[in-house]
Amino acid sequence: MKVRLVDIAHARSGDKGDTANVGVIALRPEWYPLLERELTRERVAQHFAGIITGDVERFELPNLSALNFLLHGALGGGGTLSLKTDAQGKVYSTALLRMTLDVPDADAAKLALPSSP
Amino acid sequence: MMQRVVRVASGQGFWGDSLEAPRQQATGGPIDYLMLDYLAEVTMSILQKQKERDPNMGYARDFVGAIESVLGPVTEQGVRVVANAGGVNPPACAAAVRAAAAKQGKSLRVGVVTGDDLLPRLDELLASGHALENMETGEPLSTIRDRVLSANAYIGSEPIVEALRQDAQIVITGRSTDTALTMAPIRFEYGWGAHDYDRLAAGIVAGHILECGAQCSGGNCLYDWRNIPDLANVGYPIVDAFEDGTFIVTKHANTGGLVSVHTVAEQLVYEMGDPHRYITPDVVADFTTIHLEDAGPDRVRVSGIRGTAPTDKLKVSIAYRAGFKAVGTLVYAWPDALEKAQVADRILRERLERLGLKFDEVLTEFVGASATHGRLAGATPPDAPEVQLRVGVRGSDRASVERFTREIAPLVLNGPPSVTGFAGGRPKVEEIVAYWPALVDKTVVTPRVEVLA
Repeated sequence: MKVRLVDIAHARSGDKGDTANVGVIALRPEWYPLLERELTRERVAQHFAGIITGDVERFELPNLSALNFLLHGALGGGGTLSLKTDAQGKVYSTALLRMTLDVPDADAAKLALPSSP
Repeated sequence: MMQRVVRVASGQGFWGDSLEAPRQQATGGPIDYLMLDYLAEVTMSILQKQKERDPNMGYARDFVGAIESVLGPVTEQGVRVVANAGGVNPPACAAAVRAAAAKQGKSLRVGVVTGDDLLPRLDELLASGHALENMETGEPLSTIRDRVLSANAYIGSEPIVEALRQDAQIVITGRSTDTALTMAPIRFEYGWGAHDYDRLAAGIVAGHILECGAQCSGGNCLYDWRNIPDLANVGYPIVDAFEDGTFIVTKHANTGGLVSVHTVAEQLVYEMGDPHRYITPDVVADFTTIHLEDAGPDRVRVSGIRGTAPTDKLKVSIAYRAGFKAVGTLVYAWPDALEKAQVADRILRERLERLGLKFDEVLTEFVGASATHGRLAGATPPDAPEVQLRVGVRGSDRASVERFTREIAPLVLNGPPSVTGFAGGRPKVEEIVAYWPALVDKTVVTPRVEVLA
């Protein structure tokens, strides 16, 4: 089943130099293991291919039902050097939430995941 | 017996935040400390430029008004204020605050923390082997030494604690870490030692939650955002800290906004790097140990936090001149709004080329189509009501950037049709002051404390 990330998680993003961080938090704690399994570093790097110039790092915070992604080379130089509207990476959060995940039907049913409209 | 509690209220998340928040925090209910954070990464350089023009400037001037607005609670109820409003000139900030209080017949004990300013010592540091390499690129500072505007070490909680020990009512720092402004008063009240890493880390986490003002009490919160009540009257956050290092995040009664596990979790992940190692001058906090728990309406209990010994380095915030930039915009309307904006961009670039202008970067964005999410936004519907063309240039030659700003308005009459939104006039050329993060040995930085009374 297709599940939109925006229907199962919320997020906030910010900057550190030319790196944007996106913290993704499961809307329900019982959905966190699914995020940990599906929202891999590789999957996120693929999502942002051509949009960021550097690597992606991932850190797990099961205590907050959250994953933290560092997107390097995301801000056109960062800070005051950047010409971008989103020079401080404030809305990379929702850019990541545009992702759609393929979840096995049995898992989706067990977790009562909202299906993509 | 009631458990002892220290109450720290956040009244400012950055320079430019609500002018009303400090007074609302000091009068909306009982608090012990008012924490005001004024400094972002680039703020120091702006302040340094102001100080170059006038040696009595170089601090966050909003702070003087903030203190005027809370003089009653400070002098009558004993509320104490901790702020990094001193910027690159904490003594001038202290003098301005004391003068403002004197005008109202009040005398204030003001603690001034200095020693973070490394600008006068920069060549000495470089000569003695401190390369101050850029933490992101590894380049040595010598490559941009002649363009440096300011250099400040991020200092920790100890000098603030010392100023409070000397009975300062107001503590003014320069480039303290944002988190120390909250941790220091809690540490002072409970007498936590330098090796009390778990509790120091808890104070740092409390500081991280408070440092962006209302961003943890419903502001900028994506979770169920429609149902966050009365943001017009948003209550800024408050931490009730206990001796064991646990604390409650809350806000004053009869205010809007929301404090919940979700609003606090969003703030915790904001500007986070490696959550296992949140490095500060006092302690390295482990954000994977934080436990959040709903403790009633607008109350979140935070516990379980672990910390380890700090490193032997301090982070240094260096600002340097890095050329010029300008951004021009025009709005194209239906029909075919995006296509018109794209054609206008091609025309503009061809003209810049013919003029022989050279830039380090030219960036075009189409606001309303793809400016913030790029290709992830998908195709723009052909009937989009309008699209804003936004073109930015950056380069080392001011005259070229200046010339670019003259090429936007002509497009209104000599480019594609259905264009508007140029009433703001020619774009402004801005000098870029860029940020150079570095590390320095702790041993070379000596914070100083003076209490003026």
